[in-house]
Amino acid sequence: MRPEEGTLISRAQAIGALLELLTDQPVVVCNGFPSRETQKIADRPTHFYMIGSMGNAPAIALGVALAKPDKQVVTFDGDGNVLMGMGTLATVGALKPKNFIHVVFDNEVYGTTGNQPTISNVVPLEKVAKAAGYVNVVRVLDREDLVYEFRELLKKDGPSMLLIKVNEFQEEAERIALDPPDLTKRFMKAIE
Amino acid sequence: MIDGDEFVQSLQAMGVNFFTGVPDSILGGIIAELMNRGLYVPAVREDEAVGMAAGAYMAGKMPAVLMQNSGLGTSLNTLISLNMIYRQPCILIVSWRGYGGKDAPEHLIMGQVLPQLLDTMTIPHRTLSEKTAKEDLAWVADVYHNRRIPVALLITKGVVKGLHP
Repeated sequence: MRPEEGTLISRAQAIGALLELLTDQPVVVCNGFPSRETQKIADRPTHFYMIGSMGNAPAIALGVALAKPDKQVVTFDGDGNVLMGMGTLATVGALKPKNFIHVVFDNEVYGTTGNQPTISNVVPLEKVAKAAGYVNVVRVLDREDLVYEFRELLKKDGPSMLLIKVNEFQEEAERIALDPPDLTKRFMKAIE
Repeated sequence: MIDGDEFVQSLQAMGVNFFTGVPDSILGGIIAELMNRGLYVPAVREDEAVGMAAGAYMAGKMPAVLMQNSGLGTSLNTLISLNMIYRQPCILIVSWRGYGGKDAPEHLIMGQVLPQLLDTMTIPHRTLSEKTAKEDLAWVADVYHNRRIPVALLITKGVVKGLHP
């Protein structure tokens, strides 16, 4: 049993709290249940839901952030995803885009494939991000801190990482409804 | 031999305005030109570069990703489960290491299977030559705009000026 299990909010509760604070910012959501839950909680045209290319969410968000320096760009990511594309923490840390906010839902498991453990229980990903050069990094354990800290990060120059420890609960959520090419078009139009 | 500067100018004339990638010696001259102009966003892995290019594309840019052909192996899943599935075009400028079986051992197999690999992935490709450079680039632009999938321009040694001629 992981020590923090049971006392934490779910990823869906965290997503709900974040989306209440977001308006028209582009949000790149990693593959698996984070995308499905985000779609269920609030489907906005400014959301880009990934269905594949695990590990690439922050790379895609970084591309958007570099191309649109005046827009604050957010990515919703998971611990398994960050571990897979960990090099991107270095790229973000080196390039230092001010308009980049990296949210990591850390449940210490590959939830979409059956809760196999990741190694984020022993590798603090926000410390990796800090060492790589992220300007602001925060680790939160409950909803109240999440809301306070995310509100603060939205006011600050990044790159920033908000790591939210969440439990393993998975919302019942349908697959992504739109066809991928239509998602591309919708997102492009929404962030024009 | 094509000059790195001339090659970059031709890409810019096509509308390419976002450059990322991972270096290779064959591409050294092009990357040096891009860096001189402050246009190059260095990536640490080729799949990351392809992901960044996809984000830039959706934000209105026309992206190119430079890589050694070994990087194609690294980016396979991103090219397929992002670019191909979502119809997000991208220009891949790929150095063809191991071409003709003459290179270091690590390049020989990828060098041999490169065209078949791209065919299998259904990524259209063409090999740049100095004589047909203009048509080659026009073909790349045409595929990019009309098919909205990744398109690869392969570059063998000695066609574009490298850092060490």
